[in-house]
Amino acid sequence: MAIETKDIYKIAAHHRFQWEKAQDCYVILFPEGMVKLNGSAGEVLNLVDGESTVESITETLSKKFTDAPNIAKDIEGMIELALDKAWIEKVN
Amino acid sequence: MELDKKNNGVSASTTTTQPLWLLAEITYQCPLQCAFCYNPTDFDKHTQNELDTDSWIRVLRQARDLGAAQLGISGGEPLLRKDIEEIVTEASSLGYYSNLITSGAGMNEKRIDALKDGGLDHIQLSMHDITEEINNFITNTKTFKLKQKVAAMIKDRGYPMVLNVVMHRYNIDHIQEILEMAEGLGADYIELANTQYYGWSLVNRDQLMPKKEQVENALKVTNKFRERVGNKMKIFFVVPDYFDDRPKKCMNGWGEVFMIVTANGDVLPCHSARVIPNLEFPNVNDSPLKGAWYDSPAFNKFRGDDWMQEPCRSCSEKENDLGGCRCQALLLTGNAEGADPVCSKSPDRHIIDQAIKDSQNPGVEAKPIMFRTNENSKKIEKGDEKERLEKFHATP
Repeated sequence: MAIETKDIYKIAAHHRFQWEKAQDCYVILFPEGMVKLNGSAGEVLNLVDGESTVESITETLSKKFTDAPNIAKDIEGMIELALDKAWIEKVN
Repeated sequence: MELDKKNNGVSASTTTTQPLWLLAEITYQCPLQCAFCYNPTDFDKHTQNELDTDSWIRVLRQARDLGAAQLGISGGEPLLRKDIEEIVTEASSLGYYSNLITSGAGMNEKRIDALKDGGLDHIQLSMHDITEEINNFITNTKTFKLKQKVAAMIKDRGYPMVLNVVMHRYNIDHIQEILEMAEGLGADYIELANTQYYGWSLVNRDQLMPKKEQVENALKVTNKFRERVGNKMKIFFVVPDYFDDRPKKCMNGWGEVFMIVTANGDVLPCHSARVIPNLEFPNVNDSPLKGAWYDSPAFNKFRGDDWMQEPCRSCSEKENDLGGCRCQALLLTGNAEGADPVCSKSPDRHIIDQAIKDSQNPGVEAKPIMFRTNENSKKIEKGDEKERLEKFHATP
């Protein structure tokens, strides 16, 4: 499924996204599983809140990471992966 | 980066040795008497000195500090304890993703609501067959209707529902119907867990082990079903390692990811580790979990690969499976440091081949199933069943 800039996503039902102090990273927890997210994946999913559009997520992260030239594409790729893994769901 | 279901839910990419998974085997009491139970055959002796609520809360806090995020509350039947609601509430406030692993016995409307209020994340319910006859036979209890009722209750309260079906000779040919039943009940996940032979299932191996063709057929049916249902119901088929020629990476490595605390407070790297002689496991009554995990001789005994003997030590595949299961090596060959006999490179592979050969002709076994009862546990502990056990266990 193609990711559109106006799309809004949320963490999928039965999944929980949280910061793990001991692991020093964000994780996704779900029945029988746990995924440790790397830094950029964690930053993206942290903004997937059921309200922000992909466009606004990109805007927020562009301001935070000014030296990342292809950030829009990276974010789209991350959202695509998370959708494919069923960690997130489309809201709109 | 990713931990996935492939190896007990966790991938090999973990480079740290923080425990991520805490399994609380909160009681060894159980109203069911399943012939394949993985609990220790001497569980009866651990039923008198169960940890109290405060001790469990201390355990939860310590494990969370060490990094554990997944919590399984298991048994025996955990619902036999009256403090599960309190324990779940504490787990939730600590940030665990908590799972109640139950037979359904002891569940009712009031308790399932209280658990939901307490923040329980999901429930794993054991199922046995589509027929009441096999369900009641293998558990030695009349629990078929109860399980159907509890499944409906779980769905009604909006929990993710994981059904766990232990597969053996009596139900493996019903796999299509079992999958259809799970779909009908609205299961989100189903685990088809082929019996692994430890504890009670090893005692009953002659009666439980299916033929190779049955396992192959079950896998075929499962794959076809999975294609049809897609992501709607996730299906995990746990391959029985006897029919493989490489061992499993047991528990994803000894002391790598999993930490088990038993009813009496022993801290173990796997459910059955206490079968290994001359290993003293730490107990939460004596030492904090941090020391148990990082410093205890038992947790360090089989970490990494320094402990390996040949043929594992020089094997090019040793990283894949870390020599397999230490308990299986001990139980079947008498040597916990040897290769898991499932491996075709093991000099003891003939033991597995013989078991497969025996499974082709189950009629030769005259002994009745030994159900998981306190009485049978006492008998085994006393040495009354020596002859039966010698057939399966290596004698030191």
